[in-house]
Amino acid sequence: MDHRAKDASKVKGWGSDADPKNDPTYPMKERNDGEHAGYSWERPPQQPITVEVLHSNERPDVTAVFGTSTPPSGLSGKIRRIAFRYSESSYGHWLPLMLADRVGVVEGVLDDLKHGLFPNILAERGWKAEWGHNKGRLVLRTLARVALVSAAVAYFGSRRANS
Amino acid sequence: MLAMNYRGPRRVRIDHKPMPEILHPQDAIVRVTRSCICGSDLHLYNGSVPDTRVGMTFGHEFTGVVEQLGEEVEKLKIGDHVLVPFNIACGTCVFCQQGLYGNCHESNPQATAVGGIFGYSHTAGGYDGGQAEYVRVPYADVSPTVIPDGMDPDDAVLLTDVVPTGYQAAEMGGIQPGDTVVVFGAGPVGIMAARCAWLFGAGRVIVIDCVDYRLEFARNHAPCEAYDFRSLEDPVVFIKRTTDSLGADVCIDAVGAEAAGSALQTILGRKLLMQGGSATALHWAINSVKKGGIVSIVGVYGPTDALVPIGNVVNKGITIRANQASVKRLLPRLIEHVQNGILDPKALITHHVPLEDVSDAYRIFSAKLDGCIKPVLMPPSART
Repeated sequence: MDHRAKDASKVKGWGSDADPKNDPTYPMKERNDGEHAGYSWERPPQQPITVEVLHSNERPDVTAVFGTSTPPSGLSGKIRRIAFRYSESSYGHWLPLMLADRVGVVEGVLDDLKHGLFPNILAERGWKAEWGHNKGRLVLRTLARVALVSAAVAYFGSRRANS
Repeated sequence: MLAMNYRGPRRVRIDHKPMPEILHPQDAIVRVTRSCICGSDLHLYNGSVPDTRVGMTFGHEFTGVVEQLGEEVEKLKIGDHVLVPFNIACGTCVFCQQGLYGNCHESNPQATAVGGIFGYSHTAGGYDGGQAEYVRVPYADVSPTVIPDGMDPDDAVLLTDVVPTGYQAAEMGGIQPGDTVVVFGAGPVGIMAARCAWLFGAGRVIVIDCVDYRLEFARNHAPCEAYDFRSLEDPVVFIKRTTDSLGADVCIDAVGAEAAGSALQTILGRKLLMQGGSATALHWAINSVKKGGIVSIVGVYGPTDALVPIGNVVNKGITIRANQASVKRLLPRLIEHVQNGILDPKALITHHVPLEDVSDAYRIFSAKLDGCIKPVLMPPSART
């Protein structure tokens, strides 16, 4: 049974890259067994390590180049250092990193305040765009959240009053 | 300089940051002319990739003009307008030598599972990315490629990731002439994967998603069949029924961690972040492919575990092929396809947004507002 909705031969470029013999294809295609010689290639020059770089314990060293975007710092940095004691196959690695990311968010707000900047969270979340293109959903979601918070406040307020 | 600044899940803003510097003799500094927001940036934006640090600048799809060069760079010169593949690759390690430029062993100290990627958390090397006015580009002689004369810059910027990733998704499928190929996801990569499946001789291409305007775009651009899974009782049963109960020859997961369609996966993977993303598309791909078929994965997941029906992979004898796209390896062929008019990537771009409005651009893209398929950030110097 043929369910085709398009005539393939009329698609521009159809079959131009077909090669039935191209199998196994990428990523196995160009295997050259270079791994058998181990970590032995001529390495590029080492980028000077001028910031703290945490590296996976599954490799012996820091790679020849690396990013210097945001070196570990503060409490989140301490947590990240603990995470890197564990391998990439361990929850001990990834879960602390997720925790450190959340701690980093709080540190980021505190850092903004320290520098006299009160973060405009609505602008950072792109609410101007949401207002411009999706007013209805934005209003509904805001009302729903206000209702939820009001209900929670009322509930816990009444429990406290009763006790 | 102006640069996007990540402040926490779903919070980004534009800030002034120090200019990047040459830190290695094979570095270049590039003045950005275009920088896309990628679907995989949304995993960072939503806080689901571990070691995404506050203060980082995202952006791994960009073009720019070479402004400074390290002393060992020989192939580029000041003033070259280059497209910069998202992989940071040394070109000399054993993996680069096998064309695995997405798996370079000399660009990411933090993880061995993936090579360095611009602006993609410390799990991918801790590099600031291209959603800025300037960016540091390591190993400038290896992957950055001078944009050919006459090529539209919007085409060029999509050759840094979207086009090669879509093409490689089809390539890894090992498509044989006449095959039925199902692509899960009608984002830019999914649309491109569907388009490229024809180049490998597919006999039938089907795209599954739930965003109407994107499905419509896929139908016209790929061109292919496209279905909203919300209108199907069960997408897996639909694929089986439309392939005489056998299953598709090749299934492609072009969604990754943000997939909709399963409450359990959404809660575990997107809301509670208890697994490396919502694996709904991959789940469907495994269950929709024929026995002995191939599942090709280019959707990005976090490095932690995810719920997938691995028993069915075994019982059906499925081959799974997956990787970050090896952009440098594919560029010569893909440039040819663009120059010959076979591929028209710039058609995917729906929004050119000033870099200063990066917060709104992320919101528009992530919430799929205003018919957005692909937004491109334009730094001030590129708008004059």
